[in-house]
Amino acid sequence: MNGVFRTGSARRREALACYGFILPAILFLLLMAIGPIVASFVISFTYWDVMTPPQWIGLENYREMFLEDDLFRRSLWNTLYFTAFVVPLGTVVPFLVAMLLNSKIRGMHIYRTCFYLPSIVPVVAGSVLWLWLLNPDLGLVNAALGAVGIEGPLWMYSPRWSKMSIILVTIWGMAGGPNMLIYLAGLQGVPRSLYEAAEIDGARWFTRVWNITIPMVSPYILFTLVMGFIQAFQVFTQAYVMTPRGDGGPVDSTLFYVLYLYHKAFRQFEMGYASAMAWVLFVIILTITAIQFKLLGKRIHYG
Amino acid sequence: MKASAAISPERSATPAQHLRRALTHVVLLAGAVVFVFPLLWMVSTSLKQGAEIFSTPPTLIPSVFEWNNYSAAFDIVPFGRHYLNSVVIVSVCVFGNVLTAAMCAYGFARLRAPGRNWIFGVFLATMMLPPQVMMIPLFIGFQKIGWIDTWKPLIVPAFLSGGAFNVFLLRQFFMTIPRDLEEAGLIDGCSRIAIFARIILPLSRPALVTIAIFSFMYHWNDFLTPLIYLHDQDKYTLALSLNLFKGMYITKTPWGPLMAASVMMVAPVVALFFALQRHFVEGIALTGLKG
Repeated sequence: MNGVFRTGSARRREALACYGFILPAILFLLLMAIGPIVASFVISFTYWDVMTPPQWIGLENYREMFLEDDLFRRSLWNTLYFTAFVVPLGTVVPFLVAMLLNSKIRGMHIYRTCFYLPSIVPVVAGSVLWLWLLNPDLGLVNAALGAVGIEGPLWMYSPRWSKMSIILVTIWGMAGGPNMLIYLAGLQGVPRSLYEAAEIDGARWFTRVWNITIPMVSPYILFTLVMGFIQAFQVFTQAYVMTPRGDGGPVDSTLFYVLYLYHKAFRQFEMGYASAMAWVLFVIILTITAIQFKLLGKRIHYG
Repeated sequence: MKASAAISPERSATPAQHLRRALTHVVLLAGAVVFVFPLLWMVSTSLKQGAEIFSTPPTLIPSVFEWNNYSAAFDIVPFGRHYLNSVVIVSVCVFGNVLTAAMCAYGFARLRAPGRNWIFGVFLATMMLPPQVMMIPLFIGFQKIGWIDTWKPLIVPAFLSGGAFNVFLLRQFFMTIPRDLEEAGLIDGCSRIAIFARIILPLSRPALVTIAIFSFMYHWNDFLTPLIYLHDQDKYTLALSLNLFKGMYITKTPWGPLMAASVMMVAPVVALFFALQRHFVEGIALTGLKG
């Protein structure tokens, strides 16, 4: 009980003070979340170029999107491709890094810093850096590949390798980042006694990892999987910065969902169509999140 | 099973453990080099003369240190201007985020009012919303009130708590502060604002620093928001500046100056990291623990 004075007027005063303190959150909720989300739903049923009044066109935007727009399909495919690589790699690579960094050996904090640094590099800076590293003729990556006798690909200049280039930049920024730190915190919470008991029973390293480590950190893995999926679906900056004028090339191979949405909204000023795309994105994210919780939720061990 | 193994697994496995430890070092070292090398390359390129940038085989340490790349960065685009713009915008946004997030967190953690928990629940749920769903109506709204091509759409929303995540973290922290301190203040006749400013905020410095770091990183790196709202190049932020740079020359990107500009954008982040390492790492780990 925190009531020093618990009279009616004191309670009213406390309530007023509370609303005063949380006013920014209430305004955020109304102006930055609920208002816009309702508005975008309504706008998605219109044709609106912002200059002239909106025209109500019913489900036309959705119909065009699913039945006619090849670029929409292209952008969805590109995004699924990106997600299919980034979500598993963005889970497994940080997990392996965390396992390595969890051992007690000398110079650990130096290693930790090395792995962590790429994750704090601003995405724009990381993207121009990798544009340079992946330059087909002059870049370091192809020079290194050439030194061992491999002819490097054209990376961002080839529709076959452009998505892979962006996946590479993304994983570089993720490997030692938040996911790794979350796993590391999880690993450090696993009781030593479990491993000692398993070791006495003669369990091999792989068995211990599979039967103790992974179940014990599974809530953290679910959390990062869900967040990773949501983030991967929103990939934008890397593709914008790494293609000329942010066009998502070559031949639309890096035109990801949000990049296409951006083109529709802010280059072609088709606000209705872009809003419909935003709502479809919202529904996709909600669905996949719900599926992940359902599928993995049962197998998660909450310690 | 041997008795000695059961009693002391550490001692019995010494040679194997030595081997494993050495192996761990090798793997860690290789990994660390792979991850840090691109950053070293950024610095290296930023200090090389035009010809050496393209030399084969590539050199890591420049034979001549070419500091002119750094001054060239300021000539190719209005980099100094953009840098200053970012510093101003980000400072105001961080201040706005920390102040208003702390206010909200205090209200949600400590003051009782009808509907408070319900509001908090809905507020938390907004974390799941992809920002792209709000982006278009916000743009149209800001356009209607004439805020396009000004800093207002970047700065004003920062005074609405910066989102549920900041508030959630701070609320968790505030709930650990003993109530006795506040009650003593109340008996002495302090107002809620005085309690918040003189008791709660000073006791929460570590949590506030963590929020400030998150907020700094977010606004320093933000690309999409300024891209949508800013058209006049004089108003650009650093993130837009780097992108502008890249587009200045169609065929020949000035890699030396561009890497110099990148180094200047990354440097404050890395400096902040080394100064406040503990806050960085603990704050981020916290998000997983409590999320």
